[in-house]
Amino acid sequence: MFGLNKKDFNLFLIVIALTMLAPFILNPFPAGSGMAQFNAGYPDLMQRFVIFGIFAIGFNILFGLTGYLSFGHAAFLGVGSYGAIWMMKLVTLNVIPAIIMGVIVSGVFALAIGFISLRRSGIYFSILTLAFAQMSYALAYSVLTPITGGETGLQIKPTDRPIFSNLEEGEIGRANLFGLDMRSSYELEVGNWAFTFNTGYYIAAIVMILAFYLSIRIFRSPFGTMLRAVKSNQTRMNYTGLNARPYTLAAFVISGMYAGLAGGLLVAMDTQVGPERMFWTASGEVVLMTILGGASTLIGPVLGAGLIKYMENILSKINKDILHQWFAFLPDGIEDFLVTIVYPFIGKGWHLTLGIIFMAVVIFLPGGLVEGGKRFMDFVKRKKSKTPPSDESAQSTPAE
Amino acid sequence: MFKSGTPLTSLAITAGGLIGFFVLMIGLVGVNAVLLQTLDGLSKGSAYAMIALGLTLIFGTLGVVNFAHGALFMIGAFCAVTLSKFLTLSKEVVDESKTDFLGNPLKVNVPYVNDLFGEATGATIIDWAVPLSLLFAIPVMILVGIVMERGLIKHFYKRPHADQILVTFGLAIVLQEIIKFYYGANPIPTPAPSAFSGSLDFGALIGMDPNLIIYPYWRIIYFVFAALIIGAVFAFLQFTTFGMVVRAGMADRETVQLLGINIDRRFTLMFGLAAAVAGLAGVMYTPINSPNYHMGMDFLVLSFVVVVVGGMGSLPGAVLAGFLLGILESFASMREILDVLPGINQIIIYLVAIIILLTRPRGLMGKKGVMEE
Repeated sequence: MFGLNKKDFNLFLIVIALTMLAPFILNPFPAGSGMAQFNAGYPDLMQRFVIFGIFAIGFNILFGLTGYLSFGHAAFLGVGSYGAIWMMKLVTLNVIPAIIMGVIVSGVFALAIGFISLRRSGIYFSILTLAFAQMSYALAYSVLTPITGGETGLQIKPTDRPIFSNLEEGEIGRANLFGLDMRSSYELEVGNWAFTFNTGYYIAAIVMILAFYLSIRIFRSPFGTMLRAVKSNQTRMNYTGLNARPYTLAAFVISGMYAGLAGGLLVAMDTQVGPERMFWTASGEVVLMTILGGASTLIGPVLGAGLIKYMENILSKINKDILHQWFAFLPDGIEDFLVTIVYPFIGKGWHLTLGIIFMAVVIFLPGGLVEGGKRFMDFVKRKKSKTPPSDESAQSTPAE
Repeated sequence: MFKSGTPLTSLAITAGGLIGFFVLMIGLVGVNAVLLQTLDGLSKGSAYAMIALGLTLIFGTLGVVNFAHGALFMIGAFCAVTLSKFLTLSKEVVDESKTDFLGNPLKVNVPYVNDLFGEATGATIIDWAVPLSLLFAIPVMILVGIVMERGLIKHFYKRPHADQILVTFGLAIVLQEIIKFYYGANPIPTPAPSAFSGSLDFGALIGMDPNLIIYPYWRIIYFVFAALIIGAVFAFLQFTTFGMVVRAGMADRETVQLLGINIDRRFTLMFGLAAAVAGLAGVMYTPINSPNYHMGMDFLVLSFVVVVVGGMGSLPGAVLAGFLLGILESFASMREILDVLPGINQIIIYLVAIIILLTRPRGLMGKKGVMEE
């Protein structure tokens, strides 16, 4: 259905179900209980899940398929954000033109950078993209202040009067979709549970589903096969009379436009942008997300993005007192000992956990979490049937 | 576009360009400013050159792209922090001769070194904590380097470069988070010995009017130190049997192995040496900028650019490019230049890297066949 085979269609349905029911799934613990701090079902975080999911899906189209490791992808996210916010400041507060503007701006930007960077491959490509991104960051931070707002970035101000808007004097414009406010939410209370359904989240989620669908189609298309050929053996591809450059450039631009889409959505949600969005650590983060979840798999990048954003927002909030509460049932000596052991890995030290998980994934599970899940399923199946797996299933690549 | 060419031709081009550049700059802004900026550039470039040298050493011997090299620089800097903290460990003593504002006897902290060596010597030792850390950092850094190579990097020789980049990137995050946990996120001031805290009147030294070219002592020392270290590394590779074997291994690893030489062990030691160079660069850098946990990452990005400009795998290229880019950066931050091209100081290094990579893919002095595509 929709041009997908059965397996992909099922995956697609699962993704739709997960995103649409996210307010329920991410809020498994009743409000006010001790576990409520693990609830991720608040609008701000859910929006980040799907938006960075889009960013990682886009990065995966470049890295997962062609093997070109870009270390400057955040530049496209940033440029898209700047494009979107100017659209909102000047033309209309409707989010759709802003998002489209973000995609177009970052697409053009990616075309220019990709045209130059793709002359080289391997580590040189990584350094080139990194250099371009750092340049964009430095310029946005300093010289281009009239356009980018410099260090403080850009926000929608009371003085902004977009052309197509009927704001009253002094009223601060708010992002909307044909009058539907992005920040409006509907609260559903069932017993002790409180579920929030946020307009902005659902718009972002629908965009992510579309982006995900597009990425499945790209993965399964002849174009996607060409990109895989670039990854596996570019020389052989050249000898068969094909020029790899147009394909890689197209992948680069698509990937940049995905980043711009994510940037535009970020602006649509919180109507602000700053240059730190383009800093190279932000580029490193999307690399982490994609590898962690599983590069060149369809669902991996989304999982990776979700995991990192969850750790960033939930794990980082846990402090020593909460740890003491958890281990309170143990004798005092053991409690203090456990808290001392665990403390460096959570709270402000969550980056340490992230780094260790990331290294473990690169060393032991090059296919990321998706491969881990697959191996686990195989293991469970083998236990059940007690028959050795056939060669076919042992050799198959992670689900794509 | 330059098609090919030996390192010598590119050296000639670089030298010619440099002379032309200096003549032009002297004409534009005068001799004093040019001297000052060159001095500044050399001291800025020292750190780049030392880190890039270590990176190239690792790449040339082991063929590994080490994204954790900035973290080694940072660990070196924190060796200095640790030693100066250790030296100032002190006990509280009641000083009867002084009183605090309430009239009670004043409590003063007396470092343990004072007990050991007497007050005057103790104070001098604390004052000289940073240079003393060099002695402390060398064994620590060699050990860290060897553990890193044997424990982790060894397993990545056969894997693609992308995997090497990723795993060392992860290691860099882990290392800097560990440092952050123990030392906190704020920069820790670690001053130079008070003898070097002032500035040198460089102009007077070379027979010009005083007060024209003034430059901090420590930065000049940093440059001299960098020159010594770099010279020592080259001498080690050039004039010792060990260095000769390592160079042979870099050129043709298999043949050296066939001759019955355990080249892996020597390469491991070279990793330790590269780590020590980065670490020493970090130790000496602490008085210039107070070390914090992410200083390594800030340097790493630039050092990679330096390595690529110099030519992947070329040791002289890395050093040359380090100093050249340092000089370019300091010239680009001059007021006269910024008035014409605002913001150029922020991007000049990246801009040069992009131009070099596109016109001369091998870098300034890169050898043929090293990591081309």
